[in-house]
Amino acid sequence: MTNEAYREMWENLNLDLAAHDGLLSVLGKFYGDIYMSQQGRLKGMEYLDFVLSEVHGLRIKELQDAKAQGRKIVGTFCVFVPEELALAVDAVQVGLCAGADAGREAAETLVPRNTCALIKSFIGFKLARLCPYTESCDLIVGETTCDGKKKAYEAFAEHAPMHIMEVPQTKTVSARALWKAEVLRYMEKLEELTGKKVTAENLAGAIKTVNDRRRALQRLNRLRAAVPAPISGRDVLLINQVSFYDDPVRFTASVNTLCDQLEERIKAGDGVAPADAPRVMLSGCPMAVPNWKLPYIIESSGAVIVGEESCIGTRNTRDLTDESCRTLEQMIDALCDRYMKIDCACFTPNAERLDNVESMARDLKVDGVIQYALMFCQPYAHEGIKVEKRLTAGNIPSMSLETDYSMEDVEQLKTRVEAFLETLK
Amino acid sequence: MILGIDIGSRSIEVVGMAGDEVVEKRRAPTTFNPVAQLRALLDGLSARRAVATGYGRKLVQDLDLGFPVETITEIKAHGLGAARHYPEARTLLDIGGQDTKAIALLPGGRVGKFEMNDRCAAGTGKFLEYTAQIFQIPVQEFGLYALFGDAPPIINSMCTVFAETEATSLMAQGVRPENIALGLHLSIVRRTVNMLQRVGLNLPLVFVGGVAHNPCMRRLLAEQTGTVEGETLLVPEEPDMTGALGAALWGEKLALESA
Repeated sequence: MTNEAYREMWENLNLDLAAHDGLLSVLGKFYGDIYMSQQGRLKGMEYLDFVLSEVHGLRIKELQDAKAQGRKIVGTFCVFVPEELALAVDAVQVGLCAGADAGREAAETLVPRNTCALIKSFIGFKLARLCPYTESCDLIVGETTCDGKKKAYEAFAEHAPMHIMEVPQTKTVSARALWKAEVLRYMEKLEELTGKKVTAENLAGAIKTVNDRRRALQRLNRLRAAVPAPISGRDVLLINQVSFYDDPVRFTASVNTLCDQLEERIKAGDGVAPADAPRVMLSGCPMAVPNWKLPYIIESSGAVIVGEESCIGTRNTRDLTDESCRTLEQMIDALCDRYMKIDCACFTPNAERLDNVESMARDLKVDGVIQYALMFCQPYAHEGIKVEKRLTAGNIPSMSLETDYSMEDVEQLKTRVEAFLETLK
Repeated sequence: MILGIDIGSRSIEVVGMAGDEVVEKRRAPTTFNPVAQLRALLDGLSARRAVATGYGRKLVQDLDLGFPVETITEIKAHGLGAARHYPEARTLLDIGGQDTKAIALLPGGRVGKFEMNDRCAAGTGKFLEYTAQIFQIPVQEFGLYALFGDAPPIINSMCTVFAETEATSLMAQGVRPENIALGLHLSIVRRTVNMLQRVGLNLPLVFVGGVAHNPCMRRLLAEQTGTVEGETLLVPEEPDMTGALGAALWGEKLALESA
């Protein structure tokens, strides 16, 4: 479908059409340069290309159709919000736009200038009326994972219907109790929004749906670890990004199809990069769509990314929810346990993340780790120092980079990345 | 002959090697037209191959120079160049036109951990060039001028624009300009020493890049790192040629490997 066919829908969503056209054309060019220029991509990536080309089109149309059928749309920013609950009451959950520099001047009227690019982005998208997902939402769920987000949501609540989940900052028994209370409070909110009850039956189905998606992504992560790497890191990042807004069942099926193709490619010994290309793992802050800057720099410097230790990566897919529960109460507990395993830098202490980073680097046989922090992201910048020490002690080369969504530091980043890769040879 | 070409933000250096000997050294300002400047520099040179480094390294590769051009980063190039002068070097400091790099060196000039300044040119040659203008003296003489200071005020701003404001208000307070100049140099050196410490400041330390010509920077760096120039602080005769030299050495290595 062409953009013309969607104009009426965008107009109804009150988007700033001229600015939105500009965004789409920049995004299209960016995608062409970074994705379509790759050699030897898998056929299964066509689905992802299609989804991305229709990211503000067909998928938004699907959301409008769902709304017309009485389903509710829930927007989120964080892997702590249990999608299982939204699916149980037949709502659609989508991750909201936060990966591009948009509406920054407007955002800076609500949040301080030294706020990370991700926060400024979601506020900018809203204030500049550029994100059809945000505009489609019946409820937007925030969470207290950092001070920047916490305070930003207060300001954001004046512009959008918000529900805030209090994510604990420790992993003590009392923190677990707080988290359970928050999960139940969120469940009530969803029941009130949709007029539907969460039952053992619908929640069991939702747990299975979300687990299936995690299993497909786990399978992808196991396959991509082959030598030579059968798929680019950019493509895997894109798949992870799309997992936040595509229909979960359809998405899982297409990832599994892609994995079948990967298995064939591995059998044939084909790779997207030469077998001796340096294998790099990314670790740290999430890269929300369309934040592809650093992966593109790394891979166009001759390395291949074989893992993303990030919320848009393994932090979101590593742990499954126990599917053996029978009662609703047991299922809620299983959900709480699963989400409390997330090794987000917002926790203190967060020692398990150090173990996870190191063991992931070893499992993936990486030549080096590039730590990525968004500028002004205190939690990950702090942990970056600890991770660096741990990796150095384990003789795993690493480098830390801090950047944002602007393009002005691309040349400096290239020099650093290339120099790091030179040290790995 | 094998060429090493270093296209930096402020200047272009070319080093030509035949076998193990440096047989050619040329330099020119980068200007707004680095391609024309480079072509003029290469005029009359016939080379078998070249290795390009610096910000313009990809630019050189895209030119049709009639011989193969490889690229390496300026970090690797400076490591190799410094090790040629001083094989015993353990740490390298390069302050160029818009970059400062602190590099831990491994045997053979290989790069260990490294640190680079961020996107902003604070604390680089550009900072000195800009602040020298406040005193209406050429940047080449700024270091010598600053050495006449004896009581440097603390200057906190690393941003060139803010540093100028700070320097101007110090002048208004009647602080001797030589002391302000010294304070400006000291502010860069302090920041630089922080970077050096982050990579582990093992000695001897080699100081290269155009800013290593500045006598005040050398003296303050020695003071702040507890080193002695000529012993634990080593500065080659032509510190700004180090990157091009390292690139040429890498070209020699590639030529040997492919022979």
